[in-house]
Amino acid sequence: MASNATEYIKHHLTFWNSSHEGGFWSIHVDTFTISLLLGFVFVGIFATVARNAKVENPGRLQLFVESLIELVDTQVKEIFHAKSKVVAPLALTIFCWVFLMNAMDMLPVDLLPWVAANIGAALGHDPHHVYLRVVPSADVNATFAMSLSVMLYIIGFSIKAKGLGGWGKELLTAPFHAHNPVLALFLAPINLAFQLVELAAKPISLSLRLFGNMYAGELIFILIALLPWGAQWLLGAPWAIFHILVITLQAFVFMMLTTVYLSLAVEAH
Amino acid sequence: MEFNATLLGQAITFAILVWFTMKFVWPPLTNMMEERAKRIADGLAAAERGKQDLEVAEKRAGDELRKAKQQATEIVMAAEKRASQIVEEAKDVARTEGARLVADAKSDIDQEVLRAKETLREHVALLAVAGAEKILRHEIDKAKHADLLASIKAEF
Repeated sequence: MASNATEYIKHHLTFWNSSHEGGFWSIHVDTFTISLLLGFVFVGIFATVARNAKVENPGRLQLFVESLIELVDTQVKEIFHAKSKVVAPLALTIFCWVFLMNAMDMLPVDLLPWVAANIGAALGHDPHHVYLRVVPSADVNATFAMSLSVMLYIIGFSIKAKGLGGWGKELLTAPFHAHNPVLALFLAPINLAFQLVELAAKPISLSLRLFGNMYAGELIFILIALLPWGAQWLLGAPWAIFHILVITLQAFVFMMLTTVYLSLAVEAH
Repeated sequence: MEFNATLLGQAITFAILVWFTMKFVWPPLTNMMEERAKRIADGLAAAERGKQDLEVAEKRAGDELRKAKQQATEIVMAAEKRASQIVEEAKDVARTEGARLVADAKSDIDQEVLRAKETLREHVALLAVAGAEKILRHEIDKAKHADLLASIKAEF
């Protein structure tokens, strides 16, 4: 059982890699495909609603979409005071996409891998070597892709708000400020180091927070799946209910922190 | 923790999703919601205006009603006054007419009396003359005493 359990867990934690050897230029087909499909679900629903939006007598779906927009819009307006066409749509995209990716954790942990194994077997592959991880946000590639994009937005917003020179100056003169030129010269590298750490800390904390939560959640579902079937609900049900909160909260936190970081980027120190 | 090209793929997907949302999802929906907010505000304002208009109209209708009542009273009063006036006039006319009739009748009666007196006088004269004639035929000549007879006749 022990080796069986280890194998089961390992199997569940292995990505469907495009190349057997791995390497940098291979991709995780499961993460990429599932997140892409979820992205299509998100933009498909929202674009359809936007296209058919009615001012009067909105349907249920439209009301749902509107409530999400209202939620994001309120938060963004509260946090981000400068004018921007990008921040609110960016926040909405992050919230919905991350939520959908997290929500894949709600599917029974063996369902999609089992389907994939059967399809793989039908196509003549060894079902034991068909891997599928269904929660894209439990893949560091997915979370870092978003958080590094957010970092690029942060840099872009800083430069746009303060100019390249202004931002460069800020990197060298904040947080430690000196009027004495010699002292300022001495403080410049320290400031730069601080600023770079701060800049790097943002995407790392964003992505690792999401990754950690989702990876842990997935792992616990896998462990619960190892229990005798009659006892699974005892832990599975509370964990799944708790996880509804986690997946929503993580999506919300990612969105909020992105907005906060962008608002910090456009505001002067 | 295995980084590979998935990160690039995910970043591209993310960029496309953000671009799409920014272009085709966010603006139309927020515009529509703003339009709805505006329409609701307009509707409420129109309702408020309608209420005020109604109040004004009710007030005006009340005023008109009061004025009409007053006018009606005035008309009734004028009519009553005119009616009593007509009655008075009719009474006056009747009175004068009555007086005139009475006067006419009186003058008629007077004339009749005069005429009767005249006739009576003539008859009496004739009778007197006839009587005298009969008496005098035996005693006086008609021709001789004509003057005397005429003077007697005039005296009647």
